[in-house]
Amino acid sequence: MSENCEYMLEVKNLHTSFFTDSGEVKAVNGVSFDLKPGEIMGIVGESGSGKSVTAYSVMQILADTGRIVEGSVFYKGEDITRWDKRRMQKFRGKCCSIIFQDPMTSLNPVFTIGNQLMEAIRLHTDKNRSQAKARAIEMLELVGVNEPARRLKQYPYEMSGGMRQRVMIAMALACEPDILIADEPTTALDVTIQAQILELMQELQKKMGMAIIMVTHDLGVIADMCDKIIVMYGGSICERGTADDIFYDPRHEYTKGLLRSIPSATNSKERLVPISGSPINLLNMPKGCAFCSRCDHAMKICIEEKPQELTLTPTHQASCWMNVKKLQEGQVRP
Amino acid sequence: MNTEYLVEVKELKQYFPIHTGFRKVTNLKAVDGVSFSIRPGETLGLVGESGCGKTTVGRTLLRLYQPTGGQVLFEGEEVTDKNILELRKKMQMVFQDPYSSLDPRMTVEDIIGEPMDVHRLYKNRAERREKILRLMELVGLNAEHATRYAHEFSGGQRQRIGIARALAVNPKFIVCDEPVSALDVSIQAQVVNMFEDLQKKLGVAYLFIAHDLLIVRHISDRIAVMYLGRIVEIGDADEVYEHPKHPYTISLLSAVPIPDPRLTRQRQRIVLEGDVPSPMHLPSGCAFRTRCRYATEKCAQERPVLADTGNGHFAACWHLQS
Repeated sequence: MSENCEYMLEVKNLHTSFFTDSGEVKAVNGVSFDLKPGEIMGIVGESGSGKSVTAYSVMQILADTGRIVEGSVFYKGEDITRWDKRRMQKFRGKCCSIIFQDPMTSLNPVFTIGNQLMEAIRLHTDKNRSQAKARAIEMLELVGVNEPARRLKQYPYEMSGGMRQRVMIAMALACEPDILIADEPTTALDVTIQAQILELMQELQKKMGMAIIMVTHDLGVIADMCDKIIVMYGGSICERGTADDIFYDPRHEYTKGLLRSIPSATNSKERLVPISGSPINLLNMPKGCAFCSRCDHAMKICIEEKPQELTLTPTHQASCWMNVKKLQEGQVRP
Repeated sequence: MNTEYLVEVKELKQYFPIHTGFRKVTNLKAVDGVSFSIRPGETLGLVGESGCGKTTVGRTLLRLYQPTGGQVLFEGEEVTDKNILELRKKMQMVFQDPYSSLDPRMTVEDIIGEPMDVHRLYKNRAERREKILRLMELVGLNAEHATRYAHEFSGGQRQRIGIARALAVNPKFIVCDEPVSALDVSIQAQVVNMFEDLQKKLGVAYLFIAHDLLIVRHISDRIAVMYLGRIVEIGDADEVYEHPKHPYTISLLSAVPIPDPRLTRQRQRIVLEGDVPSPMHLPSGCAFRTRCRYATEKCAQERPVLADTGNGHFAACWHLQS
């Protein structure tokens, strides 16, 4: 059944919580999405929106206090939340890899680049030492690291931020995974280096055909890279659609607010419209819509009941009572 | 005061000596001859990649570092070690990280009041308190929060405390060192708007240092682009963004991801090769030549100076782009 499955990854009603001393923090609340082979999906949201936790839940690399409490993650039709530790270890790296935000701290400082690269290759393939080395050199070349053979002997501190992020990408892609999760891959980098890395990721995606989940807070990066976009707030998805849907026809008040609060290329001098208030406290989630305390158009029903996801066009869904209201008033068609 | 400018910086240099051997000391040229001026009530944006010296410029300007060379004039008067304490009543700073720039053991009231204590700007406790509450209201903080500690606030609110502290001495000029980059997108807009409102209300001038080019364009009247310790281009904000002249500015602007999918698809991105060279070993001549696609012999031999290209727009390049 795994061969004829349409989706590479299917997440259904995922709930992830952290059990802390001050109570249960519901970081992810019922997130569902699917990813086709070769697709680039973006997850945007502020800090604390649950975007990274969603990614970590897929990989099952949550902190000790965190646990998937409900829902399932299907990889090629198989529910990986039921897999045991050993099987998950095989899954990570070979089927699904992750690049972390900070290339400064995600490489081990006491091992050489070559050592760390070859470790991943030898764990997941039956290549011997010299074959693994050849593969490591090939990967470094692929991600545009100059003099790869010499670099293998270097330690992370001898490289710049952009170079380290390239090594991270090489490491993630060394076993040709089907899915690459990039958790804020360029946030710690400068603009010109960010452009290099994004270009590289797009190029590698074309060459190797893996699916990418891009987790970021930068709407510019999302607009540049992604086929489809998920906007998250307070642990749930508030809107999803293609890049054009989200940027030109946002249908959730939070997405609209986000777009109004950044200066765009065309109206650089216009006054920004900030979203009032501050992000919600996940320990103390409201009963209704998570965004309603900051929303200018909040209605009575928003406080009382969580909005359901409404399909607006085949590619575009949003969870906002405003759409339901408009629908009832006959202003829009589903 | 009979000068047009509030702040004038002339050939400012800041070298940090680094021990590279037993007795060998190499100078790290963080800022290497930077000149600009700011009018009263104006915002000058300072952009560049990390390590280009933009933060050092801001700090040297306020004498948080002892400059290696050059001059800073404030209202026509040269800033020296003798008068800097007095001048800090007129020039202040807002720091990047609202988490580490506030003392965790002080209440908000004391944090905001400290500059007033230093400069003795009140006659009695009641006046101090009243001034603090007025400042808190100005930056949108609740007066009831005066007795709380910094850790009880969110990032955006902490940055407001930092701004209230800078405003406590009623300055004419504030250096804002990446004031919004540690904040979430939705909070950034709140703080940026506040900077604009305060400028309208109080007429303060800003040196706005940031690496987010869209935010800088939004808030600045003029923009200076730095690369490896030098200004490579300076001019009107819109002029620099619409018609960049220096190859570095052109590629920097083309690398900024625009939150607009249609524009992004049409756009030609110029990806720069390689990394920024180390400021310990600057390339000869033009510092950008190692990554520049127009670089020629001349660029290696001679360092270009800022040349007027019209409309108060200056660029330092031997091969100016039109």
